[in-house]
Amino acid sequence: MKRDKLIGAVLLVVALSAISGLALIAAFIFREGVPIILRVGAGQFFFSTDWEPSLGHFGILSMIGGSLAVTAGAAVIGVVFSLGLAIVLTQFAPPGLAAALKPAIELLAGIPSVVYGFVGAVTLVPLIRHLLGGPGLSVLAASIVLGIMILPTITSIAIDALQAVPRSYVEGSIALGATRWQTVTMVLLRAARSGLVAAVILGMGRAIGETMAVIMVAGNALALPHSPLDPVRTLTSNIALEMGYASGDHRQALFATGVTLFIIITLLNTAALAVSRRRAKRRRVG
Amino acid sequence: MMVSPANTQRVAVGFMWALAAITFAVLVFILAFILAHGLPHVTWTFLTQSPTSMGREGGVFPMMVGTILVAGLAVLVAAPIGVATAVYLTEYTREGRLTTVIRFGADCLAGVPSIIFGLFGFVFFAITLGMGLSVLSGSLTLALMVLPTIIRTSEEAIRSVPTSYREVSFGLGSTRWQTVIYVVLRSALPGISTGIVLSLGRSISETAAVMLTAGSALRLPRSLFDSSRTLALHFYILAREGISMPNAYATASVLIIAILALNLLSYWLMRRFVAKVGR
Repeated sequence: MKRDKLIGAVLLVVALSAISGLALIAAFIFREGVPIILRVGAGQFFFSTDWEPSLGHFGILSMIGGSLAVTAGAAVIGVVFSLGLAIVLTQFAPPGLAAALKPAIELLAGIPSVVYGFVGAVTLVPLIRHLLGGPGLSVLAASIVLGIMILPTITSIAIDALQAVPRSYVEGSIALGATRWQTVTMVLLRAARSGLVAAVILGMGRAIGETMAVIMVAGNALALPHSPLDPVRTLTSNIALEMGYASGDHRQALFATGVTLFIIITLLNTAALAVSRRRAKRRRVG
Repeated sequence: MMVSPANTQRVAVGFMWALAAITFAVLVFILAFILAHGLPHVTWTFLTQSPTSMGREGGVFPMMVGTILVAGLAVLVAAPIGVATAVYLTEYTREGRLTTVIRFGADCLAGVPSIIFGLFGFVFFAITLGMGLSVLSGSLTLALMVLPTIIRTSEEAIRSVPTSYREVSFGLGSTRWQTVIYVVLRSALPGISTGIVLSLGRSISETAAVMLTAGSALRLPRSLFDSSRTLALHFYILAREGISMPNAYATASVLIIAILALNLLSYWLMRRFVAKVGR
């Protein structure tokens, strides 16, 4: 018995050390990045588009704009496809077909992001350049590639959310004479709403944090985008592109870019968690 | 004119099937595109030779070794910690504030972008702990990155082991630890392995974090403190700097085949697990 208590204590220490990794990450990124934000001035750092490290100009507004534009585009594409897939797989597909399609979606999640970026760069980018004009490397290209990349995340959480809706809701609706599709839009989607919202927020977190694929298709230009066909640089690409040769203030400014990303991601994760906790509470009451 | 509900349904469901078909087509297209361009260049020499002139000629042998070392070590470090955490959460404590904190931490860690892991690994492992850009820095960074996946999948696998198994084991006079080792973990093993195999896949695919922590040396790593370029990073550098398209495609093909094999393995393990525990 005494030995069991001891093992429990050891396991607790392991569990806590696993989680302390998060605190360690935050501490080190902030320690490296925050001083330069204070030195440059937060207003200048976050709201200036002037990024010229060799002259000591560090303003990341273009990258913030780039990240938000690309993430919004990816969310639109990701949501349409993921909701469609989740609904079709849980409500309309014969069980055998659904079971065959799920591993395909998992495989989509397993493809390396550099491969997505590369295939996007050699097929999608020229296509956009020919059909719509502009350089091809653009917000649109990045949105499409990221939309596909976050599809597995959103789809699998959305499937869980739809399957968590009590069967009786669906049966009640069908018994009242609604078609399956009416049941989906009027009952199922409403009942699963908070889970679906959480899925979309988590998907957006994936999109804004993605690096290698975006570098290869977004064009990396240092300016706020005015149209979906403009090239942009995201927060993540900025770090990955310049970290190799940066030193001193420049390197610190890249860590500060990481701090910005970290804060955005934490806000998104907290929002997703708050939404899904509300759902858990409601289900316990209902 | 009113559209009848039956027709609305027909149109909506047709649209969603089209979306599913497009998704499936994109998957097949990506795989076929890479393999069709790359497989012809994947020869025995390509797999067993070192690269020459920055990868324009020669093969990817050092990168294969580097990838296996970095990804393998990452999983070797993360798996015991992750499984122990899952065992603690499921078998050694009751739900309370502590479990909430641990789960919240794991969820947040899962949401951290890989480039942030890279920045952290660079300043913490490579600089502060003095490991430099090395296999060790890279694998420890990746270990932290895949930890949440291993915790979550292990927890799910352990939870789906029927309570009656534990009751029987306790009834026969086993201690909690014996029950965990001989009954719970043994039944949950295929489920836990699925998570570990998926983590291995993620480690192999990762590029951004590895670039900042393991470096991009082209030669064969001779110790864990040597820098080593992984396949994913090699592919990125070949493609982005336009060094050699045939070799880029070939490297990507090797990567894709490894990922396909790991996904098949995890799928097979999952089926075995479901058959065993019978959900």
